[in-house]
Amino acid sequence: MKLKTLLPLALAGAMVAGAAAADDVRIAMVPKSLGNAFFEAARDGGMEAAKEIGGVEIIFNAPAVVTAEGQIEVINALIAQRVDAIVVSSNDPDALVPISKKAMQRGIKVMSFDSAIAPDGRMLHLHPATAPGAAKSMLEMTVDAIGPEGEIAIVSETPQSTNQNEWIAEMEKLLATEEFSGLKLVQTAYGMGQSDKSYRETIALLRRYPDLKAIIAPSTVAISAAAKAVEDQGMVGKVYVTGLGLPSELAGYVHNGSVKSFAIWNPIDLGYAATYLAYDLIQNDGAKAGDTLDAGRMGSFTLDDKLETSLPQPFIYDATNVDEFAEIF
Amino acid sequence: MLNVLKSREALLAASWLALIALAGSITPNFVSIQGLRDLMTDLSILVVLAVAQMIVILIRGIDLSVAANLAFTGMVVALLSVANPGLPTVVWPLVCIVVGAMVGMLNGALIAELQIPPIVVTLGTMSIWRGMIFVISGGSWVVQHQFPEGYLAVPRTQILGLTLFFWIGLTVAAGMWLVMTQTRFGRELYGMGGNPRAAQYAGVRVKHHEFWVYTITGALAGLSGWLWTSRYAMANTDVAAGFELQTVAACVIGGVAIAGGAGTVIGAVFGALFLGTLYNILPVIGVSQFWQQALSGAIILLAVYFNMISRKPPVRRILPLASPQGAGE
Repeated sequence: MKLKTLLPLALAGAMVAGAAAADDVRIAMVPKSLGNAFFEAARDGGMEAAKEIGGVEIIFNAPAVVTAEGQIEVINALIAQRVDAIVVSSNDPDALVPISKKAMQRGIKVMSFDSAIAPDGRMLHLHPATAPGAAKSMLEMTVDAIGPEGEIAIVSETPQSTNQNEWIAEMEKLLATEEFSGLKLVQTAYGMGQSDKSYRETIALLRRYPDLKAIIAPSTVAISAAAKAVEDQGMVGKVYVTGLGLPSELAGYVHNGSVKSFAIWNPIDLGYAATYLAYDLIQNDGAKAGDTLDAGRMGSFTLDDKLETSLPQPFIYDATNVDEFAEIF
Repeated sequence: MLNVLKSREALLAASWLALIALAGSITPNFVSIQGLRDLMTDLSILVVLAVAQMIVILIRGIDLSVAANLAFTGMVVALLSVANPGLPTVVWPLVCIVVGAMVGMLNGALIAELQIPPIVVTLGTMSIWRGMIFVISGGSWVVQHQFPEGYLAVPRTQILGLTLFFWIGLTVAAGMWLVMTQTRFGRELYGMGGNPRAAQYAGVRVKHHEFWVYTITGALAGLSGWLWTSRYAMANTDVAAGFELQTVAACVIGGVAIAGGAGTVIGAVFGALFLGTLYNILPVIGVSQFWQQALSGAIILLAVYFNMISRKPPVRRILPLASPQGAGE
């Protein structure tokens, strides 16, 4: 078992060893699993940051399957290697706490990104985007597609989906402001995380509101079902679908015009910023609430009282870049 | 044809038309040509699966694995079509029917040969096939731009002004009606449902029939997998989750006795039309998600109640009861 985890580690190490000769800082990135294109893109972002900073080596390793046990094993090996920092996208917020504590006791800086470790087990956490940031992006994309005025509707997941409800609440706040006052939210429908239901709800919206101009779907299932419904109804160009989805899932809809642009976290930016923050942790020997940390081209990040921070807004994908990212995730 | 419909089916047909009229009066474009065409397309999958479920319930069984079968077969055919985009479209429904039938055969073998109760067997196979989707796909989705053109063109194909989906639904329903009313196999299924022991004494090959009923149901569920994936341009682990209960509900609304032995194909078809239309109409007339679920549940209960009071003899039999000691079995 040990050999199994060490082998890819050695390979990953060998891959970057040539790039930087006299590395004095080693940052390990531990994603949820190997073979996940999203995290491979995050690693590329980390490499970019490492190159910019100089003298930083990125070690990229994770279990083959998404388990906390696998991550614990990997982190154990990294502790033995005495890396300077470990950046984790955790498979279980609580199960990783003991091993992270052990790492921190040995002077290793531990932080999480994408998916958090419980506060006890990390020095900071980097969220992929804030709720207001995601909401703002979705409304900006709507305005970009239909102009500043028109009827819009939301097709969400379930009435109990925490993330979606938070984004919808933020969108409602923004709709009350001057900037988006021309947009009129006529209805929030729920696709219950099912393609058929989301599709049916979209059709119903199109029937009920003949003047509807845009549908915002902050859910991966709903956005593709909504785009399919708009396409099948021959409403492409009259009704635009936007929201949060994956490039691979939506590339076809972007090309046929039912989706003009959509947003999701950019894994490259995420890995880039995470690497910078890990470097800051090493340089400053830790961090406390209120600290502002530098992250190269991503600007600076201020930690809140829970030692959390986040990328400002999700990344926007459209016809110009969707194919490139569709290859990635 | 109307004299074939017993009063129950006629009543159901009338309430179905009333439902459509109601939706039309609130949202006129629901009853436009396009609106009705979309409705028929949407109802086809439920009709196919309700008919499939009906023959199982008729022989005192239940198949909870139909939706998992649909999803699994859908994933198999989606992956195959992505790998072989050049094959003619007609291959895919055939593949689906074969794969679905094999899934059904497993149910049939376990139920007929090993005498395990159908609810237990199909609960088990439901999980097995859901799990197998993950295994064969590695957890990733097959999405719109990956499918071959021809595959996705199926739902938009029209014959004589109606979609191919409608014709498939009609063919399956008509074919099953013929089998159940005009063939010895069909009549013997009624006998088995009424009293399996008596049917066996009368020379009905109960195990053989049971096996083939589950196989036919599996084949139809497989066919639905093709319809589903081409319609929603999406195959993933969660496809049609919970759909099996809609098929049971459609049968119950259509007057199929849950204890077996009674029910007609036409009843199941109208049950599916009624339930499917309800799911389409509730969002169109602006019923909130919270009420949609409660309302459809209440209507199902109401239908069962009507079922109970309208059926004078408790169970319809084509074979008279055997002697008293035989009937006690």
